[in-house]
Amino acid sequence: MTAAPDAALTAAQAPGVARRRARRLAGDLGGGVIVLWGAATLTFLAIHLMPGDPAVAYAGGVASHPSHALLASVAREYGLDRPVIVQYLVYLGNLLRGQLGYSASQQLPVSEVIRLNVAPTAELTLGSLVLAWLLALVISLLTVRRGRVLSSIGSGLEIVTASLPQYWLGIILLEVFAFHLGWFPATGGSGLPGLVLPSLTLAIPIAGFLGQVTREEFESALEQPFVTSARARGMGEWGVRLRHALRHAVLPGVTLSGWALGALISGAVIVETLYSRNGLGNVLLQGVTQQDMPLTIGVVLVVAVVYVMATILVDLLYQLVDPRLRTSG
Amino acid sequence: MTLIDRAPELGRPAGEQPLRGRARAGWLRRVRPGITLAWAVVVLLLIAVAFPGLLARQPPLAVRPAQSLLPPSLAHFFGTDQSGRDVFSRVVYGARESLSIGVAATAIGLGIAIVLGVAAGLGGRWADAVISRFLEILFAFPSLLLALLFVAMFGAGVGSLIVAVGLGSAPGFARMIRGQVIAVKRAPYVEAARVLGHPPWRILAGSIFPNAMRPLFVLGTLGVGQSIVWASALSFLGLGAAPPAPEWGAMLAAGRDLISTAWWLEFFPGAVIVATALAATALGRHLQRRLEGRVA
Amino acid sequence: MRTAAPAGADLITVTDLRVTFGSGPAAREVVKGISFEVGTGECLGIVGASGSGKSVTARTLVGLTGDGSRVTAGRLEFDGRDLRSLSERRWRSVRGAQVGFILQDALVSLDALRPVGREIAEPLRLHRYGSTAQRQAKVIDLLRQVGVPEPELRARQLPGELSGGLRQRALIASAIALDPRLVIADEPTTALDVTVQAQVLALLAESKRRGRALIVISHDLAVVSRLADRVAVMQDGLIVEQGPVDDVLSRPEHPYTQALLDAVPSAHSRGTRLSPRATGPGPEPLAPAAPGGRAARPRPGQPPLLTATGLVKRYKGPDGRTRTVVDQVSFDLWPGETLGVVGESGSGKTTTGRLVLALTEPDAGQVTLGGQPWSGAREGDRRARRRRIGMVYQDPLGSFDPRWTVRRIIADALPGPAGLGGSAGLGGRARLGGRAGRARGERIRELLRQVDLPDDALDRRPLQLSGGQRQRVAIARALAPEPDILVCDEPVSALDVSVQAQVLDLFADLQDQLGLSYLFISHDLGVIHHMSDRVLVMSGGRLVEQGTADEVFTRPRHPYTRGLLAALPTIAAPEGAGELLR
Repeated sequence: MTAAPDAALTAAQAPGVARRRARRLAGDLGGGVIVLWGAATLTFLAIHLMPGDPAVAYAGGVASHPSHALLASVAREYGLDRPVIVQYLVYLGNLLRGQLGYSASQQLPVSEVIRLNVAPTAELTLGSLVLAWLLALVISLLTVRRGRVLSSIGSGLEIVTASLPQYWLGIILLEVFAFHLGWFPATGGSGLPGLVLPSLTLAIPIAGFLGQVTREEFESALEQPFVTSARARGMGEWGVRLRHALRHAVLPGVTLSGWALGALISGAVIVETLYSRNGLGNVLLQGVTQQDMPLTIGVVLVVAVVYVMATILVDLLYQLVDPRLRTSG
Repeated sequence: MTLIDRAPELGRPAGEQPLRGRARAGWLRRVRPGITLAWAVVVLLLIAVAFPGLLARQPPLAVRPAQSLLPPSLAHFFGTDQSGRDVFSRVVYGARESLSIGVAATAIGLGIAIVLGVAAGLGGRWADAVISRFLEILFAFPSLLLALLFVAMFGAGVGSLIVAVGLGSAPGFARMIRGQVIAVKRAPYVEAARVLGHPPWRILAGSIFPNAMRPLFVLGTLGVGQSIVWASALSFLGLGAAPPAPEWGAMLAAGRDLISTAWWLEFFPGAVIVATALAATALGRHLQRRLEGRVA
Repeated sequence: MRTAAPAGADLITVTDLRVTFGSGPAAREVVKGISFEVGTGECLGIVGASGSGKSVTARTLVGLTGDGSRVTAGRLEFDGRDLRSLSERRWRSVRGAQVGFILQDALVSLDALRPVGREIAEPLRLHRYGSTAQRQAKVIDLLRQVGVPEPELRARQLPGELSGGLRQRALIASAIALDPRLVIADEPTTALDVTVQAQVLALLAESKRRGRALIVISHDLAVVSRLADRVAVMQDGLIVEQGPVDDVLSRPEHPYTQALLDAVPSAHSRGTRLSPRATGPGPEPLAPAAPGGRAARPRPGQPPLLTATGLVKRYKGPDGRTRTVVDQVSFDLWPGETLGVVGESGSGKTTTGRLVLALTEPDAGQVTLGGQPWSGAREGDRRARRRRIGMVYQDPLGSFDPRWTVRRIIADALPGPAGLGGSAGLGGRARLGGRAGRARGERIRELLRQVDLPDDALDRRPLQLSGGQRQRVAIARALAPEPDILVCDEPVSALDVSVQAQVLDLFADLQDQLGLSYLFISHDLGVIHHMSDRVLVMSGGRLVEQGTADEVFTRPRHPYTRGLLAALPTIAAPEGAGELLR
């Protein structure tokens, strides 16, 4: 809890609050830029630390059998005959200009590959995040402190689902709902029906996680004095849960949503492979298998950008949910 | 994907946040089905590692084409694979390799994390700032992607797998350890030792290190569970151990194409992996609670 | 201001109330059969130590006893209604509308994420009072009633943005919003500064004057004596004494009540024990064990042990502004004396203590210890001298390494190769053998005896000890290096009144036996008045007044000190002694 300042805020300090928030946002953005720069540097190191000739790596890996001419042009493009520092700057420059290279495994410019595959992955990931939150909240609300049996069931459910690997969960869901019951298409389905099973597969483990965190905060909140105050005013059980405890309970979950998005993107690699869906995950796997560095790095950096932006958004969202931050800055 | 990543995001080191235990009614409290089950799984696993012959009657590598792709039955608990090998035996014999991978990866991850975390926590403002930034950069890559990047660089295979998974888990551990070290550094009892006039090295060795490293044991158990899951995920994607080794992940990779016809090939190895991870998590939390309750 | 007899009919009647928690063999009876009545316009105070069952009783009166509880009573009536058989839905209509409940510490008793106005409007909304606009207006009106300035602005603010006093008023406003006939206040003034405490008490008294019935639960006898017409003393789930407040507090019949009164540190108790000695009942004057006793301190002619000159310390706040936390503070500490430092929260007294201990360096000014530079010296040089000055914290549990036993905690503080300044034996298990080891063991046991702890405490962990026992261990540890000075920062604030009394007596005994000097920091004026030879009064980082205890407390010069003393609630002194300051 924040400590009470000695002098309370007056209306005259409101512009100061706005200034502080702006400064915080600027700080976040600046931090994000540094992180992205660091990520780009890391990928540069990856190319130069891996065994083999960097030119081959840039050209798309040994498996693609690059010709001598290709290797020569790659060497020129990336300045491989110049000192490392210059190569680094060239590399960064290329990235900033959106030049991500050519993917040998997909036979397309990397930027093109990404453009074609972003939408389905985004659809899957965001949908799963929403689904995960819904599941987590419903389970928590219904089972927190409602008797030992219900609480244990809810808590146990969360622990088990959080430990489920996506590939295994996916297999079970496929087996039951696609092959046996035939409710949903097994592979490559488009539109909403094709989205259900993959989303569930991604969402359930994350829901288990978010549920655990939310549950713990929920229980803690329900034991706090301010809840007793509310009850003493005549509030009933559901009122106390929805109007008071809920807001406190979701706070840590909001912070985790940034991480959750990252985990969902990771999971998308598996889920897209399992369900044979198009998407960045699928493409990334192919790139990794064939050691197609430009593609791998391209996808990884795009994910990093998304992740950093998501973190900043989550921070803003948190300030919205927790009004205490509006004033302390 | 487990609790390990959670704590650092919240800025609360593991040691400071005792995992809440709920008062259970009468018999449930005594028997505690969850923990008993977890212990049972661990015992079975240890037997499988040390004396696999006790659990599995059939040799894991014996190829019997006549008995390929049989569904689960009393003769073959987990069914047979496309070469007629008994899946149950393969799972039992595969425990050694799979657990080794998990333990090795966790060791690498924790090792890196301890170095980074302690350096950040004790090294002064500059070291902390630099290392924290570095960790932030690593965090921009969701863990699996970091592992994938490593595999892309060095190719697939068991060795690559172990290092990749270890690297992927290191940032999460490092952040936790750093948090714990800082919390201990600022604790009143450390200050009380200063008031008494103890020299810094004595406070470090006597109070700071022992208390900061306390959650390590729990991190270790949770980490092994998590690493096994990740390693098997990478194997499932075809990037890990190769068949015909009876390693769990490799079995998953081999059975991928036959999901629609022979579901038991993926289901049972996966179930064992999940059971292992759950048991590790449950035991880790349980031991953490016992440690906290007795001491903190 | 105290009425002689209850006015109006009985509003609430309780006969043989029993509350049990748990079931089967683990059942605990927390309230063991108590009876009382409160009429309109009357205030009943319930006092007792923690664990006496007073809070449970209060909650039972609004049906919020808690999970797993069983409540039985001969009679439990409010305004003629039998509360025993009330359904939850009926209870909800009673709570807030007929009975208001004020919890302690508004910081945690108000939802930190909701504006204060919404909290106050909540009972209005729940009991369907008017339209939204009317409720808004009522909220503003209520805030004005409880004396909150700029109510329109405050209503929109979060509890964390208000000062402690305003917060508590807002909490009270939410409890009296629907003008309930009975208001129950559970520790309404704990965690508040003295001046704020006085305002809140005035507010509650005003409430009573308007015809409400009031039940005040408190461990603080002075608070209760200020507000209550009648008082009930609870011990271990039973009411041991009950009656008009004047009678009970000036002519107590039950020994527990007498012990509670004796345990309160104040001007009156200076020079006497607060708690009964193991061998006989108190109060009795402290035997002057050392030549000269208390009256002879400080001994003339000796140089001061510690001198602080012009200390200044600034901190940068989260908003970027610099606050001067300690502003030009200077004082001396003489051998064998107790220098009390009193002030409200934020006055800088804790930081002053830390400067004296050289845990942090001043931005200006200096501290000398034994005539030699202390602040500003190199830590390497200082370390050897640190044994001369020790510290006792408010929260002993935090100051112990969580893994250590009592034995190790104390052994760690002993000088010698395995203790201070030595390199051998970091582990508690590495005990020195032979004569040196035996001597250390003997010394540890001797320290335990000095703080009145039994030997079997040695192998326990602090978690297994009570609050008072932990503080004794902390004191034993502080004494191990044989210091000259002890800095005590709120050492008894977290303790129950009776335990507090024992620990204060221990401090006094130790000072007599060992000739220690204390820098005693506390917000509690009574404790300071009881313990100190000289007093420093701090406010806003400045030292506003200094002098002997008598001078400061009976002839205060600075308006701040005067205000502080005026705000203190008083207890009527025992017969014949006149009304003295608490």
